[in-house]
Amino acid sequence: MSIISVKELCLWYGDHQALRNVDIEIPEKSITAFIGPSGCGKSTFLKTLNRMNDLIPGVKITGDIRYEGTDIFSKEVDVNNLRKEIGMVFQKPNPFPMSIYDNVAYGPRTHGITNKVELDDIVERALRDAAIWDEAKDRLKKNALGMSGGQQQRLCIARALAVQPKVLLMDEPTSALDPISTSRIEELVMELKGKYTIVMVTHNMQQAVRVSDHTAFFLLGELVEFGKTDDIFSQPKDQRTEDYITGRFG
Amino acid sequence: MLNQALSKKRKGFEALVKALMLLSVGLTAALVLFLLIYVLGQGIPNITWELLSTKPSYLTERIGILPDILNTVYIVLATLLIVLPLGVGAAIYLTEYASNKKVVGIIEYAAETLSGIPSIIYGLVGMLLFSNSMGTCLMAGALTLVIMNLPTIMRTTQESLKTVPQSYREGAFGLGAGKWRVVRTVVLPGCVDGVITGGILSVGRILGESAALLFTAGFAHAVNGLIDGLAAPGATLTVALYVYAKEQGEFGVAFAIAAILMVLTVMINFAAALVQKHFAKRRSI
Repeated sequence: MSIISVKELCLWYGDHQALRNVDIEIPEKSITAFIGPSGCGKSTFLKTLNRMNDLIPGVKITGDIRYEGTDIFSKEVDVNNLRKEIGMVFQKPNPFPMSIYDNVAYGPRTHGITNKVELDDIVERALRDAAIWDEAKDRLKKNALGMSGGQQQRLCIARALAVQPKVLLMDEPTSALDPISTSRIEELVMELKGKYTIVMVTHNMQQAVRVSDHTAFFLLGELVEFGKTDDIFSQPKDQRTEDYITGRFG
Repeated sequence: MLNQALSKKRKGFEALVKALMLLSVGLTAALVLFLLIYVLGQGIPNITWELLSTKPSYLTERIGILPDILNTVYIVLATLLIVLPLGVGAAIYLTEYASNKKVVGIIEYAAETLSGIPSIIYGLVGMLLFSNSMGTCLMAGALTLVIMNLPTIMRTTQESLKTVPQSYREGAFGLGAGKWRVVRTVVLPGCVDGVITGGILSVGRILGESAALLFTAGFAHAVNGLIDGLAAPGATLTVALYVYAKEQGEFGVAFAIAAILMVLTVMINFAAALVQKHFAKRRSI
């Protein structure tokens, strides 16, 4: 089953075309990795899925993206609700300069939950799901900026989980972290896939192999190849994919 | 040997340059010190409780500056109350909402130019705009000062908004927060220091302003409440200083006011520095 289906998606930044006719069906409750060299459009594409590109002036988009069958660009769609369903974790950990608790409660509060007991429960569950409860439970009222980079990133994952999204977009979530934090995040991502659909941009091909079920290879704004991760890395169909994963360019 | 004559010449030149720079520093410091000591020396002996707590009376030939102190407080309050929401609102719109960056640039440029205009011109305009319709009163003066301080407040707030990392906004939008919620919960708390600093600097400007008020707020020395006070003409401390020195030859009183203003100015600059330090510390956690 696919949860997001994309047809003939093109995107321009001003005159520069960053995405060319992308077609993809993102399978539900699994991990999809986007790989490709810098500037290939993988992050741009990721940010199109929950319309984060709306924030950038001069972006023009054509084509069709359907989330659970609904056109996400249609006028009836409230972009804030879309982003509640399709959450996002960024490349650099970006906790707000407030307490750990308030960071996690930010999303639920945004969507109207004010009951203290309910919030406490959501915060605890999100922190547990993001495997950071043990480190955070005694310092919930402390400023989140006092945590280490890896902890901050897991906090950001908890913050995203707290609004109970169905899809989690992750834009190179480990590229700013040390190896130990990276492996913790990878383990976490694999635990989360039972409950969530995860789409992850990564620069690191080993990471794609370790973590993902499906892999999409982007080059110069084009989706070159998409399939099961094992197939992509063992018997790529396209010469360009093979050249990239064998390290001939990138 | 390594040409000793030349190196001697160079050393001499270095010493001369150093001496010249030292002289400039010494002169600057001496001027400030002289001014401070002279004004405080002349002023402080003239500050008495009677001066601070009474109003002038022609019958007893007594001079008191209580009304001028009150007028100053009223005009500062009224100006800040109007200029802060206006300036902060404009800043938020320009940095967070406005999409036409060209127009924003023009407005920023205009604001910067506006803050460099001599204050007497604001006085002239204020007189025609406000005093002619509402009469010469503190409120007319306050409104004139609002126009004068609006660009400062707007620009300091804007600069401070720009220091809030874009990643905070992205994080909040990514959770499904609407524009206003993002601004209110993530962006504004990050720019409080800019607003407070701008406000404090404005207080300093209002305290020191005389030209714009000579035209608009009048010279009366009556003790009023806040509301009556704003509707009535009145002199602030700086205006009173001018009147006492220039028109009544009361130099003792003028210097007393000068000393008070000087101390206040030092305190305000100190407070602004303190606020910035406080927030810089909080940010670096």
